[in-house]
Amino acid sequence: MQELLKVEGLKQHFISGKGIFRKGYTIKAVDDVSFSVAEGETLGLVGESGCGKSTLGRTILRLIEPTAGKILFEGEDISACNALQMRQLRREMQIVFQDPLESLNQRHFVGMILEEPFIIHKQGTPAQRKEWVKELLEKVGLPAESVTRYPHEFSGGQRQRIGIARAIALKPKLLICDESVSALDVSIQAQILNLLLDLQQEMNLTMIFISHDLSVVKHISDRVIVMNAGKIVEEGLVKEIYANPQNDYTKRLLDAIPITHPSQRKKRLLANTR
Amino acid sequence: MSADIVLSVRGLETEFQTDDGISKVLHGVSFDVKAGQTIGLVGESGSGKSVTAMSIMGLLPKPYGRVIGGSVNFRGTDLTNLSVNEMHEIRGDRISVIFQDPMTALNPVHTIGRQLVEVLKLHRPELSKKEQQNHAIEMLRKVKIPMPEKRFAEYAHNLSGGMRQRVMIAMALACKPDILICDEPTTALDVTVQASILELMRELQDETGMAMIFITHDLGVVAEICDDVAVMYGGKVVENADIFSIFDNPQHPYTKRLLSLMPNMDDEPKQKIKIAPIDPAEFPEFTGDLGI
Repeated sequence: MQELLKVEGLKQHFISGKGIFRKGYTIKAVDDVSFSVAEGETLGLVGESGCGKSTLGRTILRLIEPTAGKILFEGEDISACNALQMRQLRREMQIVFQDPLESLNQRHFVGMILEEPFIIHKQGTPAQRKEWVKELLEKVGLPAESVTRYPHEFSGGQRQRIGIARAIALKPKLLICDESVSALDVSIQAQILNLLLDLQQEMNLTMIFISHDLSVVKHISDRVIVMNAGKIVEEGLVKEIYANPQNDYTKRLLDAIPITHPSQRKKRLLANTR
Repeated sequence: MSADIVLSVRGLETEFQTDDGISKVLHGVSFDVKAGQTIGLVGESGSGKSVTAMSIMGLLPKPYGRVIGGSVNFRGTDLTNLSVNEMHEIRGDRISVIFQDPMTALNPVHTIGRQLVEVLKLHRPELSKKEQQNHAIEMLRKVKIPMPEKRFAEYAHNLSGGMRQRVMIAMALACKPDILICDEPTTALDVTVQASILELMRELQDETGMAMIFITHDLGVVAEICDDVAVMYGGKVVENADIFSIFDNPQHPYTKRLLSLMPNMDDEPKQKIKIAPIDPAEFPEFTGDLGI
């Protein structure tokens, strides 16, 4: 499979606590991270809150400027692109956030929200765009009447579908899902995961799936990267990492996953006291 | 296992007044809480888990929400009949509650210590100031907060999410309640922090012998901590059994559905999850006017 995205020595440092007379200190949110994603693959990115996984996701899209390092998208270094080139590239790379209500404009109809990407990128005539919006809604399993409704009229799962519809509107190659199912109930979560799997197959999407939930990541990914304190601590195929974790931090994360049956309770307790 | 029943909820019905008329949220919820044991209230958003907790505690938003039927029997008294003042004395003393989001539950402009002492001032006024302070620090130590003397003078924003939840637990347990209601206490936390909080709660339960009502949508957490489970759907308890029966031999189709949706670590990756549709015909509890 061909490489779609390659990240080399990416760093994202923030300076915090800086004042007029204070020097401040550096927070290394992402510290020298390198990895690559092949076309059509799903890469899971796991770690605890504050490990830098979301920052990494945003830095890849250059929603925040990287401190150092290279981001190669289809062989082209996007960290060197200017604003205009970047806008063109964003068609190819999209993101779905955790909280769809916060990331959808509440004053716009859903139809407008979904049409906006086409307008920004100057695609199609108004009539064509209306047609595309309809197709998008159908694709993510929402009723066609949704175009004249506001985001707050939808449930959490439906809002996430709107967020996904907007992200796939321009037929991107890369989709970054930042905790996209974390706020949802299990049954809704299962539906959204199924939708993502379907879309991936249909559109040959490459996905980076960021989550703190290891069971969800296992479900959807081909490969996993485990992050801790801004660094990659382990990387490998889902099967291998989950069956045979090498790093202590990965082992700890896996051990903390809630059990699936009460009979496993004792076993874990013993392991913990040791 | 037979244990004393400390709290018995029978046919609890709660409704809310909205702009569009009255909306009934609980349609007769019944379950028992046994001393020293944990009952899990499980269900998806909107199933009425939290409203059940609020109804028990008398914390329904006034004047919109009210209990219109049923009883909550706690040591011979029906909590739904108590006056505001009487309920005030029980709350935090005999029955405590922990909420999901410790940042909104803690007061950001008061120190941790002051908030802990406040509980004691209210329910243990006979203690001297010094004693109250020592007791509060002791509680912080009990929930395994490092350097409790130092944390005592700090504010909520100085603490991490897990630490804040520990402070909430310390506060809820300060008066050694008989019952602790936990409303999604670990939902906002990381897996590793969640595991440590659950372990802490189990330890504290062993130590104090309190009963717990554990509200969650996560069956993994239920498997981890509960002795009994009440599965809720649409404002009703559809199945109530001990934990092993629920997991090994679920009776109600909704329970089976919930269990089948649990992410299973043994599944092959990248397989679609089978989602069984909800068939209302299989739910004998919901007939006619309940709108499902």
